[in-house]
Amino acid sequence: MSMKTPSDGYALEVRDLKMYFPVTAGLLRRKVADVKAVDGVSFAIRPGETLGLVGESGCGKTTVGRCIVRLYRPTSGDIILEGKNISRLPEREIRPLRRRMNIVFQDPFGSLDPRQSIGSIVGDPLKRHRLVQGKTAYRDRIAELFEMVGLDRNLTGRYPHELSGGQRQRVAVARALAGDPSLIVCDEPVSALDVSIQAQTINLLRDLQRKIEGLTYLFISHDLWVVQYISTRVAVMYLGRIVEIAESEQLYEKPLHPYTKALLSAAPVCDPELESTRHPIVLQGETPSALNPPSGCRFHPRCPMAQPECRERDPVLRSVGEDHQVACLLI
Amino acid sequence: MPGEDAGRAMEPLLRVENLKVEFHTERGTVAAVNDVSYDIYDGEIVGLVGESGSGKTVSQLAVMQLVRTPPGLITGGRVLFEGADLLQYPSKSREMRSVRGRKIAMVFQEPMTSLNPALTVGLQLREMLELHLGMNREASRERSVELLQMVGIPDAEKRVKDYPHQFSGGMRQRVMVAMAISCNPKIVIADEATTALDATTQLQLLELMRDLVKRLGVSLVLVTHNLGVVARYAHRVYVMYAGRIVEHGTVAQVLSCPRHPYTRGLIQCVPRPGLGDRPLISIDGMPPDLIELGSACTFLPRCPYREPTCEQEVLPKLEVVEPGHEVACHLVSKGSDPCR
Repeated sequence: MSMKTPSDGYALEVRDLKMYFPVTAGLLRRKVADVKAVDGVSFAIRPGETLGLVGESGCGKTTVGRCIVRLYRPTSGDIILEGKNISRLPEREIRPLRRRMNIVFQDPFGSLDPRQSIGSIVGDPLKRHRLVQGKTAYRDRIAELFEMVGLDRNLTGRYPHELSGGQRQRVAVARALAGDPSLIVCDEPVSALDVSIQAQTINLLRDLQRKIEGLTYLFISHDLWVVQYISTRVAVMYLGRIVEIAESEQLYEKPLHPYTKALLSAAPVCDPELESTRHPIVLQGETPSALNPPSGCRFHPRCPMAQPECRERDPVLRSVGEDHQVACLLI
Repeated sequence: MPGEDAGRAMEPLLRVENLKVEFHTERGTVAAVNDVSYDIYDGEIVGLVGESGSGKTVSQLAVMQLVRTPPGLITGGRVLFEGADLLQYPSKSREMRSVRGRKIAMVFQEPMTSLNPALTVGLQLREMLELHLGMNREASRERSVELLQMVGIPDAEKRVKDYPHQFSGGMRQRVMVAMAISCNPKIVIADEATTALDATTQLQLLELMRDLVKRLGVSLVLVTHNLGVVARYAHRVYVMYAGRIVEHGTVAQVLSCPRHPYTRGLIQCVPRPGLGDRPLISIDGMPPDLIELGSACTFLPRCPYREPTCEQEVLPKLEVVEPGHEVACHLVSKGSDPCR
């Protein structure tokens, strides 16, 4: 795809994103192959919207998130944040932009510096980007951020190990909010938490989005019901590609791609009555390696509907309805 | 469904009575499992749900006498299985060895820590067969291939010679299931066995286990925090909180009409289809510290329905609310049932 003028109206636009990781071998670490973790992903998110990104491990969803906040430098493609293409910018030009885009990781234990008090963890972006002048303003802003995420402001002097998993995740959210971001990538933010704490964190993320105008989320998760609950639109990934993307309700009620159907049917619901009427689609085999993806449609070896042509032709993502795109030859 | 009606009249296969497990730590005594009783009937699938620290895993380890002593100690209760109280036998006794892994088998969450990385899976399967069933080499070799085929591992003849790391996570867990069923057990305990797996792999494995339950007539205990898995696969369910069972009954009774405020909270705080825009109802606060458990209701500080009656220094007892459905809540006992 050629360079177009920066999109208007999108908080984030991703065009044909590719991220290949080299596989090296031998004494000289020569490159022998590529792991095509992300292989041509395109989507756009409007301001204030939440795009859910679902898929199983190894599908590339986390890599997409990390490319967007430029923890990785993508192999190719455009990442347009607020009208500016950041996909190829050098690190020093990315740094000031980190204020406006941030990431919350899955593991609230590993993502917070154990030697810093949580107040200084949250205050770090304020100092780094010189967002406040003077000590009082600094302290006030931290207190404000603590309040926003529902943490007691008296906890600022505590260290991460003194907090529960849920509290730690609130600290990570407060830190992400400190720079007044337009985009937060949430990478499995609740997966490590117990269900009762999960609900608190999900409610917090939703409330923040209602309060802060234009706050946009890319919400990456393997939990389909969490994604349905929080997302305006949902994209399903399989082996480095988006296979289906649609408005949330549409995707869950009328999934079109055979993989989406199987994935949705696999996720059990806590409702015995509903469960007794559902018919899970058991896929055969396992996800192939991204090192050597199958020819044609990547899903064809496991697809219950596969036709001979699926082995040869690689389907592209195309519109099948208002705001609904599918990559399947049979639809 | 097997177990649901058939189970009632029969004697349970396994009956756990008033089980107590403590852990002695520097901070004090942790009451991990407190007065837990439950039954497992022939051929049924039982869910055991609760959050981390609720005692669901420890209660299962205690049945198998796999609680490490010290720091852990089984301080009371009975585990009745095939006419004997297993807790009467020392952990390393012959009687216990003939039950553990043989008549009652366990599948854990992390197959990589349960399998020996230095031995081929075939050898590990054969070890079970030769040790427990006294098979000779040839028979055990044949049987181990057959077992891998039963759990849906393609190319079983070749794969028996592979080491655990050569299998994917889902396949490794299938190997664990093969080991669990290798000695024709009566009960298989799956402790978060599918939690670490992807949705479609989890489905494959759970469908396999359900199929094996039907074919081999074993009973399956699904220890999980995933209520959806219980709703889909189990016949009955026990809900644990802070080392106690707070509610149990058939899956329809407990998950469709929960009566204990904790069960209700657990169900409401999980996003599910059709929730729309309504906020998730989270359970406030945190589970209690198991060291400083008083004698009042353990859920009291977090309970949205609490009333002055609940403040009493008496633990609520499990009481029958309908046939097969028991709840431990002061309000339910009083008749002012908040969850109806």
